Amino acid sequence: MAKKLMKGSEAIGEAAVQAGCRLFFGYPITPQNEIPEYLSHRLPQVGGTFVQAESEVAASNMLYGAAGSGERVFTSSSSPGISLMQEAISYIAGSELPCVIVNIMRAGPGLGGILPSQSDYFQATKGGGHGDYRLLVLAPWSVQEAADLVQDAFDLADYYRNPVMILGDGLIGQMMEPVEFKERKPIKDLPPKTWAATGCKGDRPTNIINSLFLDPQVLEDHNRKLKAKYEAMERDERRWVEYGTDGDYDVLVVAYGTVARVCSTAVEDLAAQGVRAALFRPVSLYPFPYDALRKAAEKARAILVVELSTGQMVEDVRLAVQGSRPVRFYGRQGGMLASPEEVAEQIRALAESPAQEVSHG
Amino acid sequence: MAETVVFSRPQALAPVNTHYCPGCTHGVIHRLVAEALDELNLKERTVGIAPVGCSVLAYNYFSTDFHEASHGRAPAVATGIKRARPDLIVFSYQGDGDLASIGMGEIVHCANRGEKVTVIFVNNAIYGMTGGQMAPTTMPGQVATTCPLGRDVNLAGWPIRIAELLSTLKTPAFIARGSVHTPLHAVRTKEYIRRAFTLQKEGTCFTLVEVLSTCPTNWGIPPREATDWLEKNMLPYYPLGIFKEPGGEDRAPRPLSAGGR
Repeated sequence: MAKKLMKGSEAIGEAAVQAGCRLFFGYPITPQNEIPEYLSHRLPQVGGTFVQAESEVAASNMLYGAAGSGERVFTSSSSPGISLMQEAISYIAGSELPCVIVNIMRAGPGLGGILPSQSDYFQATKGGGHGDYRLLVLAPWSVQEAADLVQDAFDLADYYRNPVMILGDGLIGQMMEPVEFKERKPIKDLPPKTWAATGCKGDRPTNIINSLFLDPQVLEDHNRKLKAKYEAMERDERRWVEYGTDGDYDVLVVAYGTVARVCSTAVEDLAAQGVRAALFRPVSLYPFPYDALRKAAEKARAILVVELSTGQMVEDVRLAVQGSRPVRFYGRQGGMLASPEEVAEQIRALAESPAQEVSHG
Repeated sequence: MAETVVFSRPQALAPVNTHYCPGCTHGVIHRLVAEALDELNLKERTVGIAPVGCSVLAYNYFSTDFHEASHGRAPAVATGIKRARPDLIVFSYQGDGDLASIGMGEIVHCANRGEKVTVIFVNNAIYGMTGGQMAPTTMPGQVATTCPLGRDVNLAGWPIRIAELLSTLKTPAFIARGSVHTPLHAVRTKEYIRRAFTLQKEGTCFTLVEVLSTCPTNWGIPPREATDWLEKNMLPYYPLGIFKEPGGEDRAPRPLSAGGR
């Protein structure tokens, strides 16, 4: 398929269709309405089903039911709507069902605003709903990468029998860029879904989609089974991209999503002025690429973390470097964006006096 | 001489004992559902949805595939399953707290979208599993652990009549209310349940059967008195019968006064 100019939200919708997803359940919320709008006409073209649910609570439980039947399914929403889905996401993770959830983050807390933000990092990577579970979380920085990660997400969800979240911000959803959908093969060996509840024929034991285990020993065994799965993700699914880490640098900038693009511009601009900086961009936020970041940090005298929040991923960065390097945070909030000039100023200041660990909320 | 089996466990019921209290009528209702599935030959393509409440473990008692739902969300889960696999027969089995309280939004919209699923709504006028709290269907004056002086309609409102409420919607195909407090009522209720599954099998839209049920444990009376209590207190407020069926007419508004003055 040739390159096409698409809005991020539409590319995400089309990527799901290309990945073989034929089911979407969702509820309107800004700034991601173009995803359901696109799918409301696109899915019927390929024999799929689009349902506008009465709420995010219902949409996420429709997702849960459809996932239990073994079909590929996804939903999208934005921060307050994702909060409403947390109960179902916990059940989906507990029942070990595959599905894809897209969060086009807007600023919070509460009703917050409708402009881009990255303030749901904790919610996405540290649990979100109740109980011991993890989502696989992927963060795109371009429309093309969003389309690619959505397709990978369906394979990863099926492989691990676990919900996968695409964590984008309002910029990813709204901006237009060229995107290409290439012929692709599954990135994992995917076994048949023998666990799905699809009617119990003949002698097969009944398939029960369930997260209720009243016997504490059985539940502990289930928790340990989930833990082993998360450990396998931590071993095999860490994704990141490094820019300029081959050379020497004084400051390592760490950012994800569209903010990383702003940071890469700042790093490039500074290189012309003799300020040596490199960029580390986590793509998988869970599992977080701790080891790779620790290694990339060895060459730097200090680290700058830039986020559209008051500082969330910065905690994982600090865990990664374990005090070996000063970590400075620079963030914008409320839908305000960081400009390349602002970031460059932070990098320059840090390059000049890397010893102090300062946090600028 | 050849033996003739006149009574046996339905195929769609698992060969296990339930955890239900003595005198509880969940077991009877499970059996009616299972008999209907057997008679319509649907067992092998049925997926049930268990609620949160006394019937939370229903997935252990049927020999069909099952899906556990979170509290109140069974109609949304049913929607997801049926939209993903329209060839399946999908039913939810829900109590009054699950359906008429926390899950009111999901049941109304599932019914109004006309999802091709069947809902078995068990109304025993109380929260069972959590120990006898007031339900949206608790009768006026009925004592519960959260209304120790009896339900005060000035504070809690009148009990919600789900069959009537949902039958105001234009979309649903079939809505009925039965009871199982006597064998005759159970036989009639089974006919409602069979009609509902038959309509789903034929691809008609949303069907719901409300079933009045007893809870001797949380009503605090013996099983025999519980069936009498149901007949005396619940039947006058929750009339039995078919409220909506395919091709039925919309409810006509009544004039301001009957005499046309």
